[in-house]
Amino acid sequence: MARIELDLAHAYKPAPRSDDDYALLPLKMDFEDGGAYALLGPSGCGKTTLLNAISGLIKPSQGSVKFDGKDVTALTPQQRNIAQVFQFPVIYDTMTVAENLAFPLKNRRVPAERIKQRVGQIAEMLELSGQLGQRAAGLAADAKQKISLGRGLVREDVKAVLFDEPLTVIDPHLKWQLRRKLKQIHHELKLTLVYVTHDQVEALTFADQVVVMERGRTVQVGSADELFERPTHTFVGHFIGSPGMNFLKARWNGRGIEVAGHTLSTQTSPALLAAAADFTLGVRPEYVSLVESGDPTALPVEVTQLQDVGTYKLLTARIGNEILRVRLDPHLAGPERGAQVWLKVTGAHTCYYGADQRLLADANPALAARVNA
Amino acid sequence: MKTVNQKAWLLILPVVVCVAFSAILPLMTVVNYSVQDIISPERRVFVGTEWFKAVMRDDDLQGALWRQIGFSFSVLLVEIPLGIALALSMPAKGWQASAVLVIVAISLLIPWNVVGTIWQIYGRTDIGLLGATLEKLGIDYSYTGNSIDAWLTVLVMDVWHWTPLVALLCYAGLRAIPDAYYQAASIDGASKFAVFRYIQLPKLRGVLVIAVLLRFMDSFMIYTEPFVLTGGGPGNATTFLSQYLTQKAVGQFDLGPAAAFSLIYFLIILLLSFVLYNWMLRVGTAEKAGGTHG
Repeated sequence: MARIELDLAHAYKPAPRSDDDYALLPLKMDFEDGGAYALLGPSGCGKTTLLNAISGLIKPSQGSVKFDGKDVTALTPQQRNIAQVFQFPVIYDTMTVAENLAFPLKNRRVPAERIKQRVGQIAEMLELSGQLGQRAAGLAADAKQKISLGRGLVREDVKAVLFDEPLTVIDPHLKWQLRRKLKQIHHELKLTLVYVTHDQVEALTFADQVVVMERGRTVQVGSADELFERPTHTFVGHFIGSPGMNFLKARWNGRGIEVAGHTLSTQTSPALLAAAADFTLGVRPEYVSLVESGDPTALPVEVTQLQDVGTYKLLTARIGNEILRVRLDPHLAGPERGAQVWLKVTGAHTCYYGADQRLLADANPALAARVNA
Repeated sequence: MKTVNQKAWLLILPVVVCVAFSAILPLMTVVNYSVQDIISPERRVFVGTEWFKAVMRDDDLQGALWRQIGFSFSVLLVEIPLGIALALSMPAKGWQASAVLVIVAISLLIPWNVVGTIWQIYGRTDIGLLGATLEKLGIDYSYTGNSIDAWLTVLVMDVWHWTPLVALLCYAGLRAIPDAYYQAASIDGASKFAVFRYIQLPKLRGVLVIAVLLRFMDSFMIYTEPFVLTGGGPGNATTFLSQYLTQKAVGQFDLGPAAAFSLIYFLIILLLSFVLYNWMLRVGTAEKAGGTHG
């Protein structure tokens, strides 16, 4: 178990010039001992590169990796004593499940008696006890993935367990079981876990802290609640949530927020918005609601589509060039296509972003206080 | 009720005709020769299994058969491990990989009789580099005079010619192993030997089955190289089955025994390939089947 400190950048090409040459732009990040972290982002955002830099499979081209304050940048994965579970289950085909689990200990010359004991414990924990004598090659993907994980866990002194999209090849109905198993193991062993995924549901349910990444940058680090309520960057608002946050072009016209020629009232400090002048208004589809016509916090919009998704109804509406998506109660009838309705967009959950796509500082002190608490 | 349209058989008729013309009829001709004594084009006598019995009792042929089996298994014993070792030491990426692939593949592009000729000259003690060097080292080497030298020369020639095929097959097999396996092994602290034994070798099983079968069948049918190099000699030290067969069929025009022997030859290859194939496959599936009860 270890606290991991990163201060690094990585480029696969030698002599990188522009930002595009970097797989990972310079970043500083700490992973607390015993925390469960997820690295979340679209394909090619650098999350696997970051994971491999932690594990030691790649050496960052700049900067350092520290475990418990000790510089391990130049050490191999074996020397760093981490465990890693890959996207596709890696098992030793010719060995039995028990031999697979014993393999890392055998290589480290652990006494046979101790190996047997550890393998028994880990198999018990992973519910593999019944299959210990079987050839690993004949098992299903989820059992194989458990073996991969088990090979990491048998080492008692393992510093951290890293997961690289481990549930990709697992059947959907087994995914949640395995994820629950991971959480349980995290609680029992108090290991530092880092989990790479592009699936926000996986990331948000697994991790205490989610690191959202985009194009080699970490955009925001926070809990599921923080990422949902206060995305600090429009990318996070867009990437987290289904559908993502609505963004409307807005400007401060002296009296209120002007969106598509319509002026909205707000509780947010006018000084902040006035200073920004032109900005982007962001509001989650969950926090947009149908209100009475003429409401000062609402926009008059035209309904373009109403889809029944099962657990909710998705309303798509238009005002000028702006599109708004709204989650509605599935039991309500909902407005017809083409109807004019008023949608409330400014409120406690509304966020405002400047020209750099970043959240305007403390646009809502009340909410900021709640999140920080 | 199912309606059966028998006209569908017509669709496979062209294939039947082609296969019959190219494979079945020639084979039947051989069968035909093997049960008759053809004295002249007009006179023939049905002799039943007499040629088969005669051929089986032929000491020369039995000698050729054992030589052949010895040769083929020597070829496998040398070429398979050597091919794996070569493949393991070939670079995986970059221009070096392409360059090495081309160099390794060169010997495969050389026609059989040219290979024979190359080694015939290479092994000569007066003008050949190998022969002259051996002679200078004080080794009494002569592939025309000494039967062990001749046999070894044919073996080394085959190894030189065909090990690259095994190497290329293994190389392709090695490249197909995902990086994650090596990464996991490195995290598990596996030694280089453990990586070979538990990752590379099991993953190579499929290509090795192919390599073993190809090299076995090919070496069992070897003809051109010893024919060019030694002509089967000295004595009959390098007279392998196909050479013996050719002597019988073309040299002495004993069509009956030659045909009977061809069929036996064919059956031997079929049988040994079948045994090898099933054995190698079982080595793998036993590992898998072991999972259902263990």
